[in-house]
Amino acid sequence: MSITVLNPGLLTTVQDQGRIGYQQFGVSVSGVMDPRSAALANILAGNDQGEAVLECTMMGPQLQFDRANVIAITGGDLGPTLDGNAIPNYQAVAVKAGQVLKFTAPKSGCRAFIAFAGGLDIPLTMGSRSTYMKAKIGGFNGRKLEKGDQIGFRAPVDTLSRMEDRVLKPEFAPKPVYTLRVVLGPQDDAFTDAGVDTFLSGTYTVTPEFDRMGCRLDGPVIAHKDGGDIISDGIAFGAIQVPSAGTPIIMLGDRQTTGGYTKIATVITADFRTLAQLKAGDKVQFVKVPVEYAQGLLLAQRSAMKALSRINA
Amino acid sequence: MADVRFLLTGDTSVCVEFGNEISEPINAQIRAFNIALSSSSISGIVETVPTYRSLMVHYDPEVIRYAPLMEKLKGLLGQLDKITIPPSEVLEIPVLYGGEEMGPDLKFVAEHAGKTEEEVIKIHTSTEYLIYMLGFTPGFTYLGGMDEAIATPRLKTPRVKIPAGSVGIAGSQTGVYPIDSPGGWQLIGRTPVRMYDAGRATPILPQAGQYIKFYAIDQAEFDKIAAQEAAEGYQVKRHPRKEGGK
Repeated sequence: MSITVLNPGLLTTVQDQGRIGYQQFGVSVSGVMDPRSAALANILAGNDQGEAVLECTMMGPQLQFDRANVIAITGGDLGPTLDGNAIPNYQAVAVKAGQVLKFTAPKSGCRAFIAFAGGLDIPLTMGSRSTYMKAKIGGFNGRKLEKGDQIGFRAPVDTLSRMEDRVLKPEFAPKPVYTLRVVLGPQDDAFTDAGVDTFLSGTYTVTPEFDRMGCRLDGPVIAHKDGGDIISDGIAFGAIQVPSAGTPIIMLGDRQTTGGYTKIATVITADFRTLAQLKAGDKVQFVKVPVEYAQGLLLAQRSAMKALSRINA
Repeated sequence: MADVRFLLTGDTSVCVEFGNEISEPINAQIRAFNIALSSSSISGIVETVPTYRSLMVHYDPEVIRYAPLMEKLKGLLGQLDKITIPPSEVLEIPVLYGGEEMGPDLKFVAEHAGKTEEEVIKIHTSTEYLIYMLGFTPGFTYLGGMDEAIATPRLKTPRVKIPAGSVGIAGSQTGVYPIDSPGGWQLIGRTPVRMYDAGRATPILPQAGQYIKFYAIDQAEFDKIAAQEAAEGYQVKRHPRKEGGK
C-alpha cells in the first residue's frame, strides 16, 4: 500500500473524468467536478489528463505516504502542508516515504484535486475509477475515503523530469460575485420572458444544500409559464433546473441521468472550474452566451492543455 | 418527423425531442433514430441517452461543432424511413409471485383489484411492457403498458429496504428494483435474474426500447436460476417482438 488515510476530511473521493457510455442505463456519470483542474494536476504530475485523482471538499484529508511519489494539487486552495510546512498548489511536489500531507483550512474555493504520478491502484468499474456513492460503485469500495483506508500507487516515482518547470499559476481567485456563463435551453421556452430576465439579471446565493449531485441557489423567483414539471428527459452537467418553486439548482457530477423539472439553461464547460469552487454563501450571476462562443472557449482551453502536456512528451 | 425539435443542452450535448407525451409511437421513433445514429458515419458522438420523448446526444465539439452536427442530425432524420430498423427484443423475466418473503403485497393488490391472486398474476404476465427508458438508479426501467385493472396505490409508509429483484406495482406502473433500495411500491414477486451487476461484462440487462414479459415460476425454478446467476450467469430468454404483440 502506498497512502494511508489518517483523516479523510469532509468528503474525499477517487474521481476521474467520469463514467461515459452508461447514462442510457441509468448510471450517473460522476467524475471530478472540475475536469480541467484535475487534468492540469495530472499533467503536472506526469500523467495522462484523464487519470483518477482524489477530489477533496472544503476540509481536505490527512494522508501518510508509505512510499515516495510525486503529487500535484490544483483547484481551490485548501491549505496543503507536508509534515507541517506549507506546499504550493499548481506545482509538482516530490513527497518522501513517511511524510504526511495535510490540509489545514480552506483559504479559497471549495474543492482541490490531488494527482499522484503513475495513478492510483483503483480497479475500473464500467470503464471508470470514479466513485458513484449512490450506487456504491467505483473509487475506493464505492464510497468516500475513511480513516485507515489504504490505497496503492500503480507506478510511483521518486521524481520527474523538469521538476522546476512543473509549475502553473493558480487559476481560482475569490470574487464578491462569480459570473457563470450559460447557454439557454433546453426548456427556456417554459419560462415567461420576465422569468428569463429575472434569471439573467438576478444575483443568486449558494445555499448549504450543495453536494456532488447539485447546488441549490436562493434568489429572485423565476416565473414559469405553466409550472416546473416536464416529462423526464436527459440532464447535462451544469444544467440549471428550476422546479415550480422558481429557484435554480445546478446539476453536477453525481446528478441523476434523467429528471422531470424544467431546465432554463446550462453552464458552459469552460466555466466548470468556477462552478466547482462555489460554496455556501457565494454569490452568482448568470450571463448568456451563444453555443458557438462557448465551444470556442472550451477548445481554446483544450489546446492550451495539450500544449502543457508536452512537458510529459 | 415534423414535430422534432432540437434543444440546446449546453455546449457538449443536444436534446432531440420527438414529442411531448408518453407514447409507444414516439418511443419507437427515438429508438429508430438512436439506431440510425449509431450506425451512421457521424463522428464525435460520445453517448446517447433515450428518454420518454427525446434522445440526448452527447458529442465532442473538438471533433464536430454544433452547427455541422445539427446539419447531420437533421439529414439523418430525413432518411429515417430508408433505414431498416430491426424489431424490438422481448426479454422474458421469470418471477416467483406472492409469498411473505418474495411478494408480500400480492394479497393486497388482489383485494384492491377485486380479483384472486391467480388472476393478478395472469394479468401481470399477459403484457409485453415497453421499456421507455432507464434512470433513477442503474438499471431501473420505466415500463409502460400495465393493465389498469391491477393498478394499486403505493404503500403509505415506504419500506426501508427492498431487495434487488423485487417486482412491484406503483399506481399504474410496474417494474423491478435493480438494487437494494428503500421504496414504496407494492411488492408482488421477485425475479432471480440480476437486472444489474456492476462486475458483469454487460452490467445492465435491460435497454430502452426493448420489452419485458414476465412469466411465473415456482420456488424450485427460482432457486435453480438464482444458482446459475451466482455461478456462470443466467441467460434470459429473448425473442424479436412480433408486430402488434401484447
